[in-house]
Amino acid sequence: MTQTAFPPPPTRLSARGPAQARIRRASSRGRPGWSAFVVLVAVLVAAPVLGVLIDAGTGQAPDLPRNVGDMVLTTLLLMGGVGLGTLVLGVGLAWLVTAHTFPLRNVLVWLLVLPLAMPAYILGFVFLSTLDAAGPVQSAVRGVVGDGFAFSLATLPGCVVVMSLTLYPYVYLMARAAFVEQAPTTYDAARTLGAGRARAFFRVLLPLARPSVAAGLALVMMEVLTDFATVQYFNVQTVSVGVYLVWKGSFDFASAAQLASLVMLFAVAVLAGERLMRGRSRFTQKGGRGSGLRPAPLTGARAWLATGVCLLALGASFFVPVLRLGAWAVERAASDRPSALGGQFGEAFVNSVVVAVIASLTCVTLALVMGHALRLGGGRSIRAAAQLTTFGYAVPGAVIGIGTLLTFAWADRTLEAVGVPGGTGLLVTGSVLGILYAYAVRFLGPAYQAVDAAYASVPTTITQSALSLGAGPVRLLGRVHAPLVRSGVAVALVLVAIDAIKELPLVLLLRPFGFTTVSVSVYQLAKENLWDQAALPALVIVALAMVPVFLLFRQVRHGDRGSRP
Amino acid sequence: MRKPALLVSGLAMATLVTASGCSAFGSDEPADLQVYSARHYGAEEVFAQFTEDTGITVDFLAGDDAELLQRIRAEGEESPADVYMTVDAGNLWAAADQGVLAAVDSPVLDEAVPKQYRDSQDRWFGLVMRARTVIYNPDNVDPSELDTEDTYAGLADPTWDGRLCMRGTTGVYTASLVASLIDLHGREKALEIVEGWVANDVRIESNDVLLIDAVDAGTCDVALVNHYYLARELEERPDLDVELMWASQDGAGTHVNVSGAGVVESSDNPEDAQALMEWLATDGQDDLVAGNQEFPVNADVPAEDIASGFGDFDPMPIDAEAYGSLNAEAIDLLAEAGYQ
Repeated sequence: MTQTAFPPPPTRLSARGPAQARIRRASSRGRPGWSAFVVLVAVLVAAPVLGVLIDAGTGQAPDLPRNVGDMVLTTLLLMGGVGLGTLVLGVGLAWLVTAHTFPLRNVLVWLLVLPLAMPAYILGFVFLSTLDAAGPVQSAVRGVVGDGFAFSLATLPGCVVVMSLTLYPYVYLMARAAFVEQAPTTYDAARTLGAGRARAFFRVLLPLARPSVAAGLALVMMEVLTDFATVQYFNVQTVSVGVYLVWKGSFDFASAAQLASLVMLFAVAVLAGERLMRGRSRFTQKGGRGSGLRPAPLTGARAWLATGVCLLALGASFFVPVLRLGAWAVERAASDRPSALGGQFGEAFVNSVVVAVIASLTCVTLALVMGHALRLGGGRSIRAAAQLTTFGYAVPGAVIGIGTLLTFAWADRTLEAVGVPGGTGLLVTGSVLGILYAYAVRFLGPAYQAVDAAYASVPTTITQSALSLGAGPVRLLGRVHAPLVRSGVAVALVLVAIDAIKELPLVLLLRPFGFTTVSVSVYQLAKENLWDQAALPALVIVALAMVPVFLLFRQVRHGDRGSRP
Repeated sequence: MRKPALLVSGLAMATLVTASGCSAFGSDEPADLQVYSARHYGAEEVFAQFTEDTGITVDFLAGDDAELLQRIRAEGEESPADVYMTVDAGNLWAAADQGVLAAVDSPVLDEAVPKQYRDSQDRWFGLVMRARTVIYNPDNVDPSELDTEDTYAGLADPTWDGRLCMRGTTGVYTASLVASLIDLHGREKALEIVEGWVANDVRIESNDVLLIDAVDAGTCDVALVNHYYLARELEERPDLDVELMWASQDGAGTHVNVSGAGVVESSDNPEDAQALMEWLATDGQDDLVAGNQEFPVNADVPAEDIASGFGDFDPMPIDAEAYGSLNAEAIDLLAEAGYQ
């Protein structure tokens, strides 16, 4: 399935000549150790997904919901709409803040990532309770214009708007990393040759950033595919909603798994589309970093317009929900009832942080080494194996959770059969290790997408030069590849850390007795509609997710300063 | 090279914290009973009270219904779970149907839990009850407009065109209501009713509190909600412009569903598990409903003030097993009627 789905590997050796030809022969054989590593990671990550597929085979005769056609159509429309929305917002805002200076720009540049910090099930509720027909905003409008005014936000277009507003940071982060890291010299050249700013952007910069933008869009698509909370609030029935309907309706996971396989087909299409969008040609940066993209100062009305646009995007996607949550939290604090932050909260907080740190370091290290291994060669099948590791991101979290349970159960039974009493011991008690494994399965996708996109901009000639100068693979990784893809690594760390902090279904399903995270405590209050109590811990999640974002941008700023004399 | 140093120290810290964290749960003696519970609200207090009354200690793992059931099944014989608690009769039926729950022979439970709220083979027992009924905005609705004989079917009448709000199909509530309509009227009539709702341009909200807000704001005239959501909102906001009416009181009665529990087949401590179930159905009923306005199934135990303030009502006398066995059909029917 995966073999044919992917176009040829993007890292082709473009240089010609006898010396390079020898290297090419050497590298197409690959290095067995590194290739084996990629295959091992792929097998481990694919196991739960395969577990689900095998379980789907044991289900009753395919009993798809009767409106599955509508669900597919809705999913396509939603993906198209959100894809377009995040593309415009993400690339537009990244360009605005990278290439210009205007009031508040230095703060806005990292604030714009924050909508990512808000768990979807919180956003869905907050948006609707605030902005829908019965909410305070429309009620206030009715107070002015009379009773007739009411429009429903819970529609497909409403969902497209809200999801675009909250998912654009994926594209924004990736596009910005590409603009900062890759663009300067080429952009300078285009400008020197007489291209205007807009022309240089559309004809030179945007094509250069294409692999990164495509990787960001692929992540957005997968989020849309696996989202269950937002779509449910907006009453949009996607295929993922169908998975839950079948599961909860027939109480039969195997039947639901059949529909989940359909979600995975969408994911294959998304990844194939991403490869197409990257195009056949490879853009890699030539030469040094140049003088850097010098931001043009905007002045007067245009400057304030730029600030206004950023604030508007942020206001709609971040400040509105935060203010609403803040209002609930204050309401709760003003009452004499106990705060939700008591009891187990401290422990939950520590667990959230620890799990996010370990998960992000693990996923990003694996992604970095896999990208490196692909650079050393190994051909199509190894590249396909690496791509397989991103599939976990395209499967609804709860399905991955069950897949993990099935995998552990199988491993335990196998080990017991060969005489190891108790097997791995992972399944029965539930374990933090099990949660971390499931996190790796789910979040290797974003890590690999971000790191791989950064590798795409490293010229293959650099890899070849280092190898022909006698550097071993480990030294090549440490001294050449890792420093060159560091912007991708930083983005990957932030993406996985934030995703891990807000991740819910995996922890809920796999945790051992007594283990809880902030995200789980918020969910349990929210499920009971105790929003005044859920508000404060929800704000804690947002604050926690701000930490990696802040660190990323501090590091980027230091990097900028360091590279300029 | 500041970055590797940062990375290494981060890793070291993470390992340290995990190690200390692991030992924190690892060193605890496991409790006498392990409960997998989809009920989370107030569960700590309930189990603490049980331990105080009986000396039996309880660990509980909160999660979602179907996921917890799947976890027990994957864990198989080795599952630590002794008791499975859910918020929906359908899930209890499914757990029993899939062989996860053991029959419990208990005169105490038979006495405390009315027959219609427990499994015919005593593999699960309802513990608290909720009603799904009509709320309306008194400014826009004269209660005489509502059909008192079959209120749910009455909402399919064209009088309610554009005035009706309900919950989507993804939650369990609408599906179990429609399952009860299928059980009561047969599939054809149930389909007709749901098609009537759709013809009335029913607006779908994904959350009962949003439904209550909509009725209060007057953007909806009538809605179907669980009684306890209204009771809890009234506790916070006593001046809500929302009234509750018990549905179908001159007919089959108001739709109810139960939240309940069963003893897991593979439990290695079924005696204590049974003791917990018996306690929950008798002495523990007050604790179970404390602060959440549900109705105790045990007729000897009164509900909380606001919930009992809604007045007595006749529940629809249907076999709770129908919710489970007809659930898939209900979801299919909703799709056929174009309800979304």
